[in-house]
Amino acid sequence: MSKTNLKDKIFSRSFLRGIITIVIFLLIWEVGARFEGWFGYRLPWVGLIPPPTAVFVTWGGLIGDPGYWQSWYLSFGRVLGGFIAAMIIGIPFGLFMAVNRTFHNLSFPTFEILRPIPPLAWVPASIIFWPTQELSIAFVTFLGAFYTIVINVLGGAKSINKQYLQAAQSMGASQWDVFRRVVFPATLPSIVVGSAVGMGITWEVVVAAEMISGGGGSGGAGGGLGFFIWNSYVGGSYEQIIVGMISIGIAGYFSSEMLRNLGGLLTPWLKTR
Amino acid sequence: MSTVMNTDTSSQKSAIKGAIRIEDVVKVYDPDGAAVMAVDHCSIDIPGGEICMIVGPSGCGKTTLLNAIAGFHGITSGEIYLDDELLCGPGKMQAEPGSDRIVVFQNGALFPWKSNLENVVFGPMMEGKLSKKEIYDKALSMMADAGLSGTENSFPGEVSSGLRRRVEIVRALMNDPKVLLFDEPYRALDSLTKSVMHEALLDIYYKNKVTIFFITHDLEEAIFLGHRLIIMSSRPCKPKKVVEVDIPHPRDYSVLTSPRFRELMEEAKGVVHEEAKKAFEAGEKEG
Repeated sequence: MSKTNLKDKIFSRSFLRGIITIVIFLLIWEVGARFEGWFGYRLPWVGLIPPPTAVFVTWGGLIGDPGYWQSWYLSFGRVLGGFIAAMIIGIPFGLFMAVNRTFHNLSFPTFEILRPIPPLAWVPASIIFWPTQELSIAFVTFLGAFYTIVINVLGGAKSINKQYLQAAQSMGASQWDVFRRVVFPATLPSIVVGSAVGMGITWEVVVAAEMISGGGGSGGAGGGLGFFIWNSYVGGSYEQIIVGMISIGIAGYFSSEMLRNLGGLLTPWLKTR
Repeated sequence: MSTVMNTDTSSQKSAIKGAIRIEDVVKVYDPDGAAVMAVDHCSIDIPGGEICMIVGPSGCGKTTLLNAIAGFHGITSGEIYLDDELLCGPGKMQAEPGSDRIVVFQNGALFPWKSNLENVVFGPMMEGKLSKKEIYDKALSMMADAGLSGTENSFPGEVSSGLRRRVEIVRALMNDPKVLLFDEPYRALDSLTKSVMHEALLDIYYKNKVTIFFITHDLEEAIFLGHRLIIMSSRPCKPKKVVEVDIPHPRDYSVLTSPRFRELMEEAKGVVHEEAKKAFEAGEKEG
């Protein structure tokens, strides 16, 4: 049997299993939500929320609504913006901290004091610092990913097998070569892991920041999936709340999947383990 | 007991570069103020092209000696020469790492993110003396010689540990080293793979005569491969007994059953056992 054939088989089987769980989950939810109408008894928790069929009907109506897609667009833009900024600043920062003792001594204590501050605690300060609401949200989103990426890069670069460095030195590699050809590739797996975790935090942060900052600020700022959920709550549309939640779930899943694939391409040797 | 050792160097051997002279080397570790002597006034003279087996129990300080030659650590006093050039000594207690002395590590240090071929060309690419094509041609032919055809584009993690070791030795030889420093490279291999690796190593050695400084605690391995065994006392590390292996090279595995092999085993075993016992008891006290 060829290798790809086998791979397809495993993939489709695992894919099927994933689908089965989703279907069972939806069935329990549907029955639970409609229990009161059918049997006259309201189940706790699940009896309070609209059934998935109603959610899907509402969702169907929203598919054609540009406002809904605008929310997607805004949240995605903020996540990507904050995340990419966190990578651009965080990866070199972590690497430099790992290889340069002076820089590590200078920056690590400050970094460690700032790190435990939850990104959401930065929201008020951020609104004061930054001229626009959009920049405040982007900044808070950036913080969400930044610390995680730096910590992972630093940890990865510090735990490199010393013998890789010694071997490279023996074979005549210059300091720059050691950094470029040994330290960096050896840290790549940690960069990938840090980015994947950071991406998850970015979605958590952006939604909360959007709820807090609200929509319709000056110049049409605000909005996003977080605001979409909050607005639905205020407007009393429980179906829309759930649509918003599932939308974030899907968006987060796609972001992580994208990163996983990209990470797999960057670290092909890990597949061999 | 005399600690300076000389073997009669045949004219054929001395023509080969890579003679190592370790003179009165002391290494004291002093991490928390409590000085620990790892190497104690150790002198070893290895003629170019010899396979010198350094035998001793685990943790006796053999690796300290190897690291000093490689330039990964400094020494406290004494001198180490390579072909009469000072590697380290007074005024320069740590040698510069260099491609004339390549280490084959205990756990292997192939770069897992590079294919086997990319690993093998690493040294010459860094040196930049040959053209890219010359380097790759040389690498491919050396890998073929070592029975590594077909593994060039695999990652080290995709081939067996035995093949990985062979790739690492080829990577070392690509630098045209004068000395290969082996730090118990076959420790993690099962005995069947080991025996294959030993013959492969000798095969590679017969084609590329270099000096081999080989650390092991496996007596059978030591006698099968070496021209000479230097049995070390356990901490502090110091030569205790020299066993000349007068079985002629080239050798193959039939040597293992020869009467002379068994005699040499007997001769070495007593000394090694005594040292192992000492090291074990010292370890128990510390633990």
